[in-house]
Amino acid sequence: MEKRVFFKGWMLPAILVAPQLIISFIFFFYPSGQAIWNSLFLPDPFGLKTEFVGLDNFRFLLSDPYYLASFKTTIIFSTAVSVSSMAIGLYLAALADRLIKGAGVYQTLLIWPYAIAPAIAGVLWLFMFNGNIGLASYYLKALGYEWNHTLKGDQAMFLVILASSWGRISYNFLFFLAGLQAIPKSIIEAAAIDGASFWKRFGTIVIPLLSPITFFLLVVNIVYAFFDTFGVIHTITSGGPEQSTTILVYKVFSDGFVSQDLGSSAAQSVILLVLVGILTVIQFKYIERKVHY
Amino acid sequence: MKQLKALICSIALFAMFAGTAAQAKTEIQWWHAFGGRLGELLNEQVEKFNASQDKYTVVHTRKGNYSETLNAGIAAFRAGQHPNILMVFEVGTASLMAAKGAYVPMYELMKDAGQRFNPNGFVSAVSGYYTTTDGKMLSMPYNSSTPVLWVNKDLMKKAGLDPEMDLSTWKKVGNALDAAKAKGIDMPFCTCWHSWVHLENFSAYHNIPFATKSNGFAGLDTELAFNSPVHIKHIQTLGKWAQEGKFKYMGRRNEAGKNFRAGECMLMTESSAGYAGIKKQAKFEFGIRHLPYYGATQAPQNTIIGGSSLWALSGKSKEENKGTAAFLAFLSRTDIQAKWHQDTGYLGVTTAAAKKTKSSGFYKANPGTDLAGIQMMRNKVTQNSKGLRLGSFDQIRGIIDEEMEGVYSGKKTAQVALDSAVKRGNVLLRRFERANK
Repeated sequence: MEKRVFFKGWMLPAILVAPQLIISFIFFFYPSGQAIWNSLFLPDPFGLKTEFVGLDNFRFLLSDPYYLASFKTTIIFSTAVSVSSMAIGLYLAALADRLIKGAGVYQTLLIWPYAIAPAIAGVLWLFMFNGNIGLASYYLKALGYEWNHTLKGDQAMFLVILASSWGRISYNFLFFLAGLQAIPKSIIEAAAIDGASFWKRFGTIVIPLLSPITFFLLVVNIVYAFFDTFGVIHTITSGGPEQSTTILVYKVFSDGFVSQDLGSSAAQSVILLVLVGILTVIQFKYIERKVHY
Repeated sequence: MKQLKALICSIALFAMFAGTAAQAKTEIQWWHAFGGRLGELLNEQVEKFNASQDKYTVVHTRKGNYSETLNAGIAAFRAGQHPNILMVFEVGTASLMAAKGAYVPMYELMKDAGQRFNPNGFVSAVSGYYTTTDGKMLSMPYNSSTPVLWVNKDLMKKAGLDPEMDLSTWKKVGNALDAAKAKGIDMPFCTCWHSWVHLENFSAYHNIPFATKSNGFAGLDTELAFNSPVHIKHIQTLGKWAQEGKFKYMGRRNEAGKNFRAGECMLMTESSAGYAGIKKQAKFEFGIRHLPYYGATQAPQNTIIGGSSLWALSGKSKEENKGTAAFLAFLSRTDIQAKWHQDTGYLGVTTAAAKKTKSSGFYKANPGTDLAGIQMMRNKVTQNSKGLRLGSFDQIRGIIDEEMEGVYSGKKTAQVALDSAVKRGNVLLRRFERANK
């Protein structure tokens, strides 16, 4: 039986939900409304004059091959960041969970990179792979591999994925570790007594029991890859070379704030808004069904 | 508790009065993009001005790189919080010119303030960039440079070349690079500011249009034209050098400067303003040469500038505008200009400053520092060599950089890349035209 609580009158519930509503309005509905409104105009940068252009901004965008390419870039980038950081996070968590001595030290060290802001992480990796002074690029060159991420798109992509995943591994590690520790030892021991190997136990008991956390991390990581990796991309590649690391969010920024094309930038925000909405619906409708709570 | 409150109140009151007392001097805000050594020299100028009179105080703030400064200025203008003076790099000139009402034109500012101001005192190749087609100067040239060829003489010797050899044409440069590569020099050639040096200046230097309508000077309905056979030949050559390992791409801006200063790169095309850094850091003998050209065409025309000018933004009181005018007039003084020119490698933007520098014997003591000035002024300026006035040009430069990266990495031919850059750039020009008609 579901329990339901009823309040008399509407004042108290209204007051209780008001803070949430106000915050949503100020930080979500108002800016989104502004973005939708602005996407219908073509203003000059200084805001001296503006012209209503209807859906021209969208037409302009969708006929730009680089905008369409940016979708592909975003998919590759966010998939790679989410999958690699989750896989490595899970692997490390599984190892750390089995530690008997010094577990605390390992766990602390593994969580550390999460404390580093994306922009700083970007600069760190940039230093290592810098064509002039980078240690990593120096050794790669010694091995006969020419590293130049300012010119080679795939290398640039690899580098931003690496830098974005790095801090994220810690975050995923933390959640996976908590999830692993929440699995009752008795179940695993029972399976062990029945003769199931480590990998058998991992595949048939641990992974299904981790699925709520995996699902949560999947959503959070994709949101992270979509929006929070701006600092990494800005510091390492600024979206180049040839826009090969320009994900959708970065394009909103570079068209709006670097190129001062606010109409196009607003239109991109609107498209992004719709896209994230669709993505969330898909995730909760189809993937969540497969999750065992 | 009460006492504490009283104390806070009195401090606040005192601060208010102190504030009004300090404001007896009119404050002039200047937003700029200079850090490091250039920032120090700029600060020196401001302090000198503030000490020279007691009516105005100029306060300068660094807002990031050129693009960031322009964007900060535009955002502040929208919010009504803009400075009196905004530094705008040459690429943003057309955007400001089109924004009538956002600035006070220089000639008007000076006239209203009763400042003695002679626009003809400026080097025309510089002031032309910031002057309307009917001869009205809109902003004050501040720092201007032009690309030259920097030579690492030690590496030339290592390559078995005469460090004083003729490098006036790209063909001769190509021969030198071949020799360097054969001797195992890792980075025979590198360049900064790809579009600025190899397309914009290249066009002016060869007296061919970068864009129609006098490179945009004659109207917003201009179209890009840098996909001519001469342009394609040059970019294809760079692409070939990149493939053969003679030219190394280090980045879109002045990243390659690091490699040159570290003594890794033998020949580099970079702004004449690279001088300050190279002189300070280079542990080798370096030389400055004119930008090379293609010998097949006639002798080179002139190169064009890069750098910034200062715009007086509108919406300020008459008193503040007077201060702005006084400060800008101060900056164009011969002694200030001459010092700036000699310290930085930027051009002396007034003819008097160039003359003063020459008579002081600076060019003799620092050979090559006069080349930039000569190169800019060697011929009567044509409609192809006056400069560029294209809207959304920062964005178009981004497109050009992208396409050129495609050529260097061997993914595209120069023909395909430049055609595509022209096509994509024209879309932006039409959009700019529409937003500003």
